[in-house]
Amino acid sequence: MQNTDIRKRIKAIRRWNGIFRIVGLLSTFVGLVLLFALMADLFTDGFPRLSYKFFASFPSRFPEEAGILSAWVGSCLVLLVTACAAIPLGVAAGVYLEEYARKNWLTDLIEINIANLAGVPSIVYGLLALGLFVYFFRFGESVLTGGLTLALLILPMVIMATREAIRAIPNSIREASYAVGATKWQTVKWHIIPYSTGGILTGIIIGLSRAIGETAPIITVGALTFIAFLPEPPISSDFPFISFKWLLDPFTVMPIQMFNWVSRPQKGFQLNAAAAGIVLMGMTLLMNGIAIYIRYKFRKKIKW
Amino acid sequence: MIKKLVLGIIALIIMASANVTRAEVKIVKIDGSSTVYPVTEAVAEEFQKAKKGAVNVTVGISGTGGGFKKFCRGETDISDASRPILAKEIEVCKQNGVEYIELPVAYDGLAVMVNPKNTWAASMTVAELKILWEPAAQGKITKWSQIRPNWPDKKINLFGAGTDSGTFDYFTEAITGKSKSSRGDFTASEDDNVLVQGIGGDMYSLGFFGLAYYEENTDKLKLVAIDDGKGPVAPSEKTVKDGSYQPLSRPIFIYVSRKSAEKPEIKEFIEFYLRSASKLVKQVKYISLPDAIYKKDLERFSKKETGSVFGGDARVGATIDDLFKEKPKM
Repeated sequence: MQNTDIRKRIKAIRRWNGIFRIVGLLSTFVGLVLLFALMADLFTDGFPRLSYKFFASFPSRFPEEAGILSAWVGSCLVLLVTACAAIPLGVAAGVYLEEYARKNWLTDLIEINIANLAGVPSIVYGLLALGLFVYFFRFGESVLTGGLTLALLILPMVIMATREAIRAIPNSIREASYAVGATKWQTVKWHIIPYSTGGILTGIIIGLSRAIGETAPIITVGALTFIAFLPEPPISSDFPFISFKWLLDPFTVMPIQMFNWVSRPQKGFQLNAAAAGIVLMGMTLLMNGIAIYIRYKFRKKIKW
Repeated sequence: MIKKLVLGIIALIIMASANVTRAEVKIVKIDGSSTVYPVTEAVAEEFQKAKKGAVNVTVGISGTGGGFKKFCRGETDISDASRPILAKEIEVCKQNGVEYIELPVAYDGLAVMVNPKNTWAASMTVAELKILWEPAAQGKITKWSQIRPNWPDKKINLFGAGTDSGTFDYFTEAITGKSKSSRGDFTASEDDNVLVQGIGGDMYSLGFFGLAYYEENTDKLKLVAIDDGKGPVAPSEKTVKDGSYQPLSRPIFIYVSRKSAEKPEIKEFIEFYLRSASKLVKQVKYISLPDAIYKKDLERFSKKETGSVFGGDARVGATIDDLFKEKPKM
């Protein structure tokens, strides 16, 4: 009698297990199917447009002649500025908060603030940047402004990734370092940073791959739509060979170019938008791929 | 490994930009209406080709209002506008000492459109459109039968241009009599293709936007002829041009800063714009002005006649003759 009761219960529990398995599988598929549908849609429309000419041409009123040269170069340059600004600031802030700052109400407050900043809508960063970079510092509507705006946007992400990576390092490492007489800075330089590089880089790249798709803040700070020339090249044939004039040149980025094409009446522009979408998705996937590779590589190296 | 990667990316960027070497380059800065954008883009494209990189042109789309904000602060050389400059914008320009030359460059028809399966609404009067779109209609006029009793007793779904656009300003001015005054319960989008999809997929819908979008989507949309008291007129190149399609056809403009007009590259660009407009305007599916008007534009530009003919008044139904009937005033 008791035996059959137990069997019944086990059967019921097993059934729930099976049901959850199916629900879970379906949930996973929703995401996958959506992604594939999106990709299939983009590819059928945009793939025939992808050619060398598409990458090497400026925008045009004729959809067949229009390309994304100014857009992808603009995106790359803006991301370069973003990386140069966000990485040192974000990593330094993260290291300070984890290793140096005392744990008190002030650091708690900063911590809450950073977490909140990560959730602020991107257009708000655009408005802040418009006031700060465009009007106060007078950087104009330039690559520099665009890059710094996106740097603000991903700064919280970089700080959080840095802190998380540092927290994963066991305390025994720090203690061992102090035990042989190392200062805090030496510990950070020789142990903390090297061991957390994998996590930090992953965070940075994920931040950058979010930045590349942002449109709203970039439009707010005045990125343009029609640009049929490239910023000044960073290297020149005359002394001193390196030029920073490109920082102050006007620019456009991939999502803006796409947005403009999507809203045009001609069918040809819709195809261009799809093709630009494939390129943008390719860029994001590539960056995420690099992030995964780096994490794998660094994890293999660390032994403690 | 990472160092190599970073170096590789930098090298790629450098290579991409290194093959365009140029001397000091002059920039013509343009911003403003997304309606005028295709025309200006076409001119900018041809101009840059003709100048072989000696002058660069940038064109933004901040909307007519956003464009004037920048223009009146002296940040841009030329402003694209799908309606005449307004009194409050004139005021800001004055405060900052920005004088401007008003040049009409093309005509644009606003079309009222319905689903192709809509068999009843072949034409509507301006008064009917007013009943449908005025602010008092919000939540009250929701069925076709409320406009004309013999139309279906079905819910009407409305679509319209985004509220920041000059198109919206113009439509509301022309139909409800006051710029920006409209019911709020309609689907508004800056992206006209969203509106095309919306109307194309809904038998009981109605919307308004630029005529150029109709011509690309004749299978998804049907035009409604507009009756302004003189019988229904459907929008077309002919009826917009001869002024019989009223009140929803409008001239579109560029405004040139007087200070910028002194610069040789701006002067050259504007002259290029006005000379090539009649050909390029047609290519981007807008309606070009008669050649005589472009000549008058050139004259006004060379004489540097500043100010607006409209005096800050968002007048509707301006015909081609109105554009040069009066002297522009600041």
